[in-house]
Amino acid sequence: MIALSDYLILGAILFSISLAGIFLNRKNVIILLMCIELMLLAVNMNFIAFSHFHGDTIGQVFVFFILTVAAAEAAIGLAILVVLFRNRLTINVEDIDTLKG
Amino acid sequence: MTFELFVFYLFSFILVAAALMVITRRNPVHSALFLVLAFFTSAGIWLLAEAEFLAIVLVLVYVGAVMVLFLFVVMMLDIDVATLRAGFINYLPVALMVAVVMALEIFVIVGPGNFGLDVYPSPPPLPTDYSNTEALGSVLYTVYMYPFEIAAVILLVAIIAAIGLANRTRSDSKYQDPSLQVKVRKGPDRIQVVKMEAED
Repeated sequence: MIALSDYLILGAILFSISLAGIFLNRKNVIILLMCIELMLLAVNMNFIAFSHFHGDTIGQVFVFFILTVAAAEAAIGLAILVVLFRNRLTINVEDIDTLKG
Repeated sequence: MTFELFVFYLFSFILVAAALMVITRRNPVHSALFLVLAFFTSAGIWLLAEAEFLAIVLVLVYVGAVMVLFLFVVMMLDIDVATLRAGFINYLPVALMVAVVMALEIFVIVGPGNFGLDVYPSPPPLPTDYSNTEALGSVLYTVYMYPFEIAAVILLVAIIAAIGLANRTRSDSKYQDPSLQVKVRKGPDRIQVVKMEAED
């Protein structure tokens, strides 16, 4: 039978891979957004696993809301990306330094 | 090894491989397509965990909407991949180190010792007439009504923000101004009588 730790370890591996992806592709905003989606997927995996093993649907309700917020975030992020590319003709993070932060 | 376990390990392997492909591919289109594979595979794993509704929602919302949006943007933007890839090798050691250390830290906590089958025994399979969608809906529309409404408002905000950001009004476009149309008066504005000579 599948143990709870299997799901949790799978989530941990996914989360670590997406964290490495953020380090590796730190110039490409699109890949950064994809890595954030992967991270949310890893977290959702944990919620689903705990919901299954506790026999409680509340974890799935939480995943439902995470999916909603992640979809909204992706839509706004990509809209910002399109506006950024239209104005600066680049999506390189290093070129986005107008605010001199 | 039961069939369930075999499917779980197979899907886990595909999921991890797809995630690795997402972060290492040179072409962002390939990354997006591998992310689609990752979402689809995790939908299969969620089915194993008896979360049928969310598995279908993941395929419909993520593969069907969000990833298509990603692909659309990736293909629309003319990206110079070479400069974006610069420094990939330089960051590889630190990225590997951080990822491996973090994964090991999490393994210490969530390993079989703390969350194994002897601590959390596998729940009995749900009866065949059990509806996951019904169970989810019965709490979502009663106990979690208020967060549900907030989620709806968040989606509305996302729509308005995305349109407001990406929409640009062109100066040379022709459009109707409804407020001027409503203000038209009966006499001089609506009809204009032109006096002219009758032609033969």
